[in-house]
Amino acid sequence: MKNFFDRLMRLDRRWIFLFLIVVCVITYAADFEVPILVEREVEVIHDFVDSLPPGDIVMIAIDYDPNNLAELHPMTFAIIEQCWRKNLKVLITSLSQNGPGMADQALRDITDSLAVTKTYNGKVYEGREIVNGIDYTFLGYKPYFALVILGMGQDFRLPFPTDYYGSPLDSIPMMQGVLNYNDVACVIDLSGGNITDYWISYGQNRFNFPLALGLTGVMTAQYYPYLGSGQVFGIMGGLLGAAQYEDLTDNPGLAKDGMRVQLFAHIVIILFILVGNIGYFMERRKLHRAEGR
Amino acid sequence: MKRQVPLVLVFLFGLFMIFQYFVPHESSEWVYEFLLDWIYIIGIFALALGIWSLYVVSVDKIKTRKHDWKYSYITLAGLFGMILFGFTARHGDEWGWFLVFVACVLLTIGMIVQAMAAKTAKGLPLALAGVFLIASILIAAFDDTWSFYFYTAEGLQSTMFRAFFDYVMMPILATIFSLLAFFIASAAYRAFRARNLLASLLLIAALIVMMRFFPYFGSTVGELIARTSNWLMNVPNLAAQRAIVIGVGLGIVATALKVILGIERGYMGKG
Amino acid sequence: MDFTTFLWTTFAAFVTLATFSFLYKDNPFYKFAEHLVVGVAAGYFVIILWHNGLVPNLFQRLADGDWYLLWLNSSMWWYLIPAILGALMWTRFSKKWSWVSRWPMGLYIGISTGVAIPLEMSNRVSKQLYATMVIDLAGHDHAGGWWDYFFGTGLLDITSGLSQVLIFVGALAALIYFFFSKAHTGLFGRAATFGIWILMIGFGASFGFTVMARISLFVNRLQFIDQNWIQNALNPENMIDGARWPYLLVFYAVVLLIVGYIVFELVKHLGSKGKATASQ
Repeated sequence: MKNFFDRLMRLDRRWIFLFLIVVCVITYAADFEVPILVEREVEVIHDFVDSLPPGDIVMIAIDYDPNNLAELHPMTFAIIEQCWRKNLKVLITSLSQNGPGMADQALRDITDSLAVTKTYNGKVYEGREIVNGIDYTFLGYKPYFALVILGMGQDFRLPFPTDYYGSPLDSIPMMQGVLNYNDVACVIDLSGGNITDYWISYGQNRFNFPLALGLTGVMTAQYYPYLGSGQVFGIMGGLLGAAQYEDLTDNPGLAKDGMRVQLFAHIVIILFILVGNIGYFMERRKLHRAEGR
Repeated sequence: MKRQVPLVLVFLFGLFMIFQYFVPHESSEWVYEFLLDWIYIIGIFALALGIWSLYVVSVDKIKTRKHDWKYSYITLAGLFGMILFGFTARHGDEWGWFLVFVACVLLTIGMIVQAMAAKTAKGLPLALAGVFLIASILIAAFDDTWSFYFYTAEGLQSTMFRAFFDYVMMPILATIFSLLAFFIASAAYRAFRARNLLASLLLIAALIVMMRFFPYFGSTVGELIARTSNWLMNVPNLAAQRAIVIGVGLGIVATALKVILGIERGYMGKG
Repeated sequence: MDFTTFLWTTFAAFVTLATFSFLYKDNPFYKFAEHLVVGVAAGYFVIILWHNGLVPNLFQRLADGDWYLLWLNSSMWWYLIPAILGALMWTRFSKKWSWVSRWPMGLYIGISTGVAIPLEMSNRVSKQLYATMVIDLAGHDHAGGWWDYFFGTGLLDITSGLSQVLIFVGALAALIYFFFSKAHTGLFGRAATFGIWILMIGFGASFGFTVMARISLFVNRLQFIDQNWIQNALNPENMIDGARWPYLLVFYAVVLLIVGYIVFELVKHLGSKGKATASQ
C-alpha cells in the first residue's frame, strides 16, 4: 500500500492529463443534463433586460479575446439574442485587442439564429432580419480602454467617429439622438481581463449608469465587493453563470451543454486533491515514524 | 530638456485632469475632450511599436540561426498575410489571381529576409525577390477581381481576413489557454496540500465552492452546500476582496501621485 | 456545411489538436501552430489599428486636405500634431534620439495618472469603505423585529445583520493584516491573524471558480471538435455534387496523420525504453 502511494505521488503528469481527457470525453459522449440552480446575481441581469421596453438600447461591451471565448461567448449569444427577440437595440463596443473579431463572428451567428422562428419560455418569436444600423451598431475597437470609456461618457462620437465598418455614427439611424451613456438603458461588460475595473471606476463611478458584468470564473470572486456596494447590479460568473442565463432565457447553448463535463471534471479534480493529500499525510507519517516521533 | 520637459508635461497634464474632474465647466470639458481626442491617435502609434519589434525579432532569429529559426518564416508569413487580407477585398465571388498575388508577396518578403540572412550568395534570393515582386505588381495592376482598400473598411469583412480570424486565431488561442485545465489538474494533485490551518481553510472553501452545483447530494445536503457556497462568496470572500480592492486603490493613488510629482520616473527609461 | 468552410474547419481542428499535442511534449506541429498564431494575431492587430483607429480618428478628419501638402491645407490641420507626437514615439528605437519619445509618453502618462487619482479614490476606496461601514442593522423591514433581522433565516443568510457585521470585521481584519508598518503582536496581531483567515477563505473561493474556468476552456474545444468538425465530416447531407468522398477523404487524412504521429511516438518511446533496459 505504501509502495502504491509512493508510486502514485511520483506519477508522470501526462497520465493525469490522459485520465482527465478520458473522463471528459466519456462524459461529453454521454447524454444527460445537469440541473441548473439559478443564482440571484444572474437572475437580476435577466430580469432587468426583460423589463426593458422595445426600442431601448442595451450597450454590450465584448471585451474578451479568443482565450476566454469558452465562458463568455455563450453569455454574448444568450444576451444579444434575448435583446433582439424583445426588439431591444444593441450597441456593441469591443475594447480588447482581439475582441472585434469575436464580436463580428458572434453578430453573424446570432443574426442567422434570429432569422428562424423560435419559442422561448412558452412565447413564440417570429424570425426576422437583423439590420446593422437599425437593430445594432458595432462601434469597434480603440486602444487605451480607460480613456475610451471616459470619452464615451461625453459622446460616443469622440472615440468612435465611425462604426467598425467605417460608417459615420451620425449617418446611422439607431444612433440619431444617442449621445452617451445617458441614452442607453444599461451597460453589460463581458470581459476576461482588467477592462472591467475601468468600466467600474471610469464608467459607472463617473457616469452612474446601471452596470452588469459577465466575467470568467477566474475573475468572478474579485468583483463581489462591487456587487455588495451596489456599483454593479449583477454578475454572471464563468460557464455556470452563462448556463444559468441560458436557462433563464430558455435558450440552451454551449454553456448548458458543457456543464455535465464540468461536473465530472470537478469530481476528478476533487479526487486528485484528496488522493494527493492522503499521499502527503502518509508520507508525513512515514517521516515522523522514521524520526522516532 | 531631455528629462525635464517630460516631467513638466506629466505634472501639468496630470494636474489638469484632476482639476477637470471637480470642475465640469464647459471650457474645462472642451479641453478635456480635445486631449482625449489626441490621446487616441498618439496611442495607436505607440501600439504599433510592438508589431515592429515582432518583425525585428523574427528577422534577427533567422539571421542568427537561433533555436527554431525556421518557424520565424511562418510568423512572418502570418503577419504579412493577415495585413494583406485586411487591406484587400474581392469585388464578387471570383478569386482571380488574388491567392497567387498573396503567395508572390509573401515569397518576395521571404526572399528578402533570406538575402538578409545569407552571409554569401545573396544574388539568387534577391533575384527571386525581384521576380516575385514584379509578378505581384503585375497581378495587382491587371487583375480586376479584387482591389486594395486603405481608407474604407472592406478588408475587415473580406473572406480571408474573417477566415483567418475564425479558423486560425480563435482555435489556436482558445486551445493554448485550454491547456491550463490540465495544468490545474496536475497542480491540484501535486501541490494542493492541507499543510497547516491556512492551507486547510483555503482547501475547504475551494471544495465547497467547487461542489456547489453537484446534483448528487440529495436535496438537503445539496442545498446546504449551495447555500454555504453562496454565503462564502457573499460574506468572507467579499470581505477579503474588499480589503484587497481598498489596498489596491490606495496603491494606485499613491503611485499616480508619485508619477505626477516626478518622484517615480520609470516610464522615462534610461538616459 | 459547404466544402470550403469544411476545409477551414478541418484546418482549425488540425491546429487545435496540434496545440493539444504539447501536453505530451513539444513537437513540430505545436511549434507550427504557435508561430502561426503569433504572426496572424500581430497582423490582425495592425489591421484593426488602421481601420478602426487611424482612418476614422485621423485620416478621415484630414480628408479635405491633400497628401502631397502633408494635409496642412485641411480644415482640421491641428490633428497633425498628435500624429507627429505619435510618430515621435518611434524614436524609441534610436539610441541617439530615444529621449524624444519621452515627450508624447509624458503627455499620455500625465493624462492617464491625472484621470486615475479621483476616479480610483472614489471607486476603490470611498465607495468600498462606505459600503463596509454602512451596516443596515435597523433599516430592514422585518416582521420579527431587530433581533430576528440580525440573525435572519440562519447563519447562512447573506442579507442578515450578522453577515454584514462579519463583512465589516473581516474587511477591517484583512486591512490590518496588510498594514506592515506595525508589528503583528498582541491584539493587533490577533486581528491580523483573523484577517489572513478571511483572505484564505477568499482565495479558496477564487480557486473554486478558477477550476471551473480552466475546465470550461477545454470543454469548449471538445465541443468544437465534435460539433463543428466530426459531426460535419460524418454528416450524410454534406456532399459535393452528390459525392461524400471529399469530406471523408479530408477527415480521414487528418485522423490518419494524428494516429500516425501517435504510433510514431509510441514506437520511439518503446524503442528508447528497450535500449535503456538492454544497457542495464
